[in-house]
Amino acid sequence: MNEFQTILADSVARLMGHEVDRHLLEAAETGAFPDKLWAALEANGLTRILVPEAMGGTGGTWSDARIVLSAAGKASAPGPIAETLVAGFLLAQAGITPPEGPLTLIEGELTLANGTLSGTAKHVPWARAATHGVAMVSRHGASQVLLVPLGESRAGEADNIAREPRDSLTFGNVAVQAAATALPENALRLYGALARACQMAGALDYLTTQSVAYANERSQFGKPIGKFQAIQQQLAVLSTQAAAAGMAASYGCASADKAGEGHDPAFEIAIAKIRADDAAGIATSIAHQVHGAIGFTYEHALHFATRRLWAWRAEYGAGREWAKWLGAGVIARGADNLWSDVTAR
Amino acid sequence: MQTFRFDLCELPEETKGLRNDVRQFLARELADVPAHLRALTWSGSDPAFSRKMAAQGWIGMTWPKQYGGHERSAFDRYVVIEEMLAAGAPVGSHWIGDRQSGPLLLRFGTEEQRQLILPKVAKGECFLCIGMSEPDSGSDLAATRTRADKVEGGYKVNGTKLWTSGAHRAHYMIALFRTHSDPQNKHAGLTQFLVDLKTPGITIRPIRDLTGHAHFNEVVFEDVFVPDAMLVGSEGSGWGQVTAELAYERSGPERYLSSFILLVELIRRLEQEGGSEAEAEIGRLVAHLVTLRQMSLSVAGMLEAGENPALEASVVKDLGAIYEQDMALKAHEMIGAMPAMGDGDAFENVMGQITQISPSFSLRGGTREILRGIIARGLGLR
Ligand SMILES: Cc1cc2nc3c(=O)[nH]c(=O)nc-3n(C[C@H](O)[C@H](O)[C@H](O)COP(=O)(O)OP(=O)(O)OC[C@H]3O[C@@H](n4cnc5c(N)ncnc54)[C@H](O)[C@@H]3O)c2cc1C
Repeated sequence: MNEFQTILADSVARLMGHEVDRHLLEAAETGAFPDKLWAALEANGLTRILVPEAMGGTGGTWSDARIVLSAAGKASAPGPIAETLVAGFLLAQAGITPPEGPLTLIEGELTLANGTLSGTAKHVPWARAATHGVAMVSRHGASQVLLVPLGESRAGEADNIAREPRDSLTFGNVAVQAAATALPENALRLYGALARACQMAGALDYLTTQSVAYANERSQFGKPIGKFQAIQQQLAVLSTQAAAAGMAASYGCASADKAGEGHDPAFEIAIAKIRADDAAGIATSIAHQVHGAIGFTYEHALHFATRRLWAWRAEYGAGREWAKWLGAGVIARGADNLWSDVTAR
Repeated sequence: MQTFRFDLCELPEETKGLRNDVRQFLARELADVPAHLRALTWSGSDPAFSRKMAAQGWIGMTWPKQYGGHERSAFDRYVVIEEMLAAGAPVGSHWIGDRQSGPLLLRFGTEEQRQLILPKVAKGECFLCIGMSEPDSGSDLAATRTRADKVEGGYKVNGTKLWTSGAHRAHYMIALFRTHSDPQNKHAGLTQFLVDLKTPGITIRPIRDLTGHAHFNEVVFEDVFVPDAMLVGSEGSGWGQVTAELAYERSGPERYLSSFILLVELIRRLEQEGGSEAEAEIGRLVAHLVTLRQMSLSVAGMLEAGENPALEASVVKDLGAIYEQDMALKAHEMIGAMPAMGDGDAFENVMGQITQISPSFSLRGGTREILRGIIARGLGLR
């Protein structure tokens, strides 16, 4: 981390500590938008890190965004932080100045004709709270980024298992702003996956810290359970999984920062999501095991992180989807190119 | 709480030319070596190969020139060794001296010891082995019993070292002996020595491992005289010195590349067979490989910066060993081919090799349980 990033990490951690508490998490789960948290994030320019200064953003990098996303993931911060960052990134890459306020990402069965959008989309994060969403369409390999006003399109509300809003949208000839982009046609899913990987790395960090703290507090058989070797060994595994997911997320972001200049970051981004998914399975299982029954209650905060991990690992492509893509590419390139491909990047 | 530090570390651009040189050298030297022998990587030894590497300046790369080194950066060395391992070069003969004993002597050795050993190691003419484990001292290294008793001009050594890799082909051993007994504090009273294995009273007996080959040994010391000048560091400081040494031993690319040849042969097999289940498994294996490489590079970066990443090194070794072992299982689940002893195709032969040696990945260099204990201590649990 450079000096700016160290300061950023400190201030974001402080902001999350101030703004995110149990009350906010519970309120968000019943549908309340986290207005005060959002205002604090916006006031610090943290929702527009990936938008250049000329477009009213902070002009930061993916490596900077990772710090915010991981801190948000660590705090289980509610709200479309990741979605707004990615939406801002995609719009800016296509030369569209992002509008104010929370934004969302739209994936669905969509068609663009004469500047109007039709189709349906499911599982759209926080659509009920966003004025606009970003979608992508492509024809003959040429991608377009769309800025979509949500207005009348809201067609139903639903939640993922983390009780984060994942709404349905229906578009009937909605006028949108469209712009061509050099981004690949799956850019929304790709950068969505990178953002989720960063959030997951943060949530995994939380699981480590929280589980170690609990193991030192909770006593059975006359001593803290953390003194039992079986528990120590499990927590060691949890921590190494979190470390690996964190490394993969950092590497994915560093690669995203090199995009353009003849560099395609999809390889590292896929790796970030695959590694986060694999870590999530192991880490959530250990964290819950160490916490016993109390960790299975709504009362205890552990589930805010574990339910997010279970939802996020499947969003913007589960590890399996990215692994299939990565593996197919590796096999097609052939055994003798693997090492040179890995070291050339 | 910042649990561990894994900052990204990018290899300097200048290492690219070196990488190409190493690849050309390996393409030449390994052209006729079958895959199942390359699968041995750093367990495979070939003194002639070590001398050829030395001639390229690739042993003792980071050491001062006055000791036969080449004063290259740790990143240059990293590139050379990862290329060697990925290609399955038989680097076993000089491996210990280059990785571990050389740096140990540079740090704790006397001028005389450095002059005696390092130039020969860098020429690929002197091989070392590590005498830590004993019959009753494995994970509990501080239980070391082999005694070095003070006598006129030196020490008299009695006891047995066990599992000493390569002792039957080595010239010297860096040995951990007990110079003082204090039942209250078994970590005190341990001392490292540089032992000439030709000294009278030393008997080296190779031990066949489950593959049928002998890589490690029992080394018996009977009234062996070791001169004062061969004491490494200071008397009684052996424990601290050994611990420092282990950070070098635990983080290198050999901790996740031991099964790499299997991954290559697996992919070669899938180039014909295909299958979407296989694609996802290969994707996962590559994702973990790349992540481990970044973690290992991160530790290399900290070592180069003079920091002490002992904890992070344990993380890499534990994750790496799981990965290396998982590979053999995954390859079996995906293909289900008969593992062979050299009479199958390349994939079957490599499967035969890796399946047999994979249990050692989480034993050598500190067991899985010991590493996780170190990590748990780092987490504040012990
Ligand atoms: C291929 C190979 C090469 C080797 N090369 C060398 C070498 O060159 N030089 C050298 O000095 N040694 C070498 N070793 C030895 C190696 O360092 C030891 O095998 C290792 O330290 C474990 O010791 P041990 O085998 O006596 O097992 P033990 O210590 O008896 O352990 C057996 C099992 O008990 C577990 N265990 C032990 N203590 C604890 C504890 N406190 N808590 C929980 N579990 C515990 C271990 O993790 C392991 O699973 C080599 C070993 C192998 C397999």
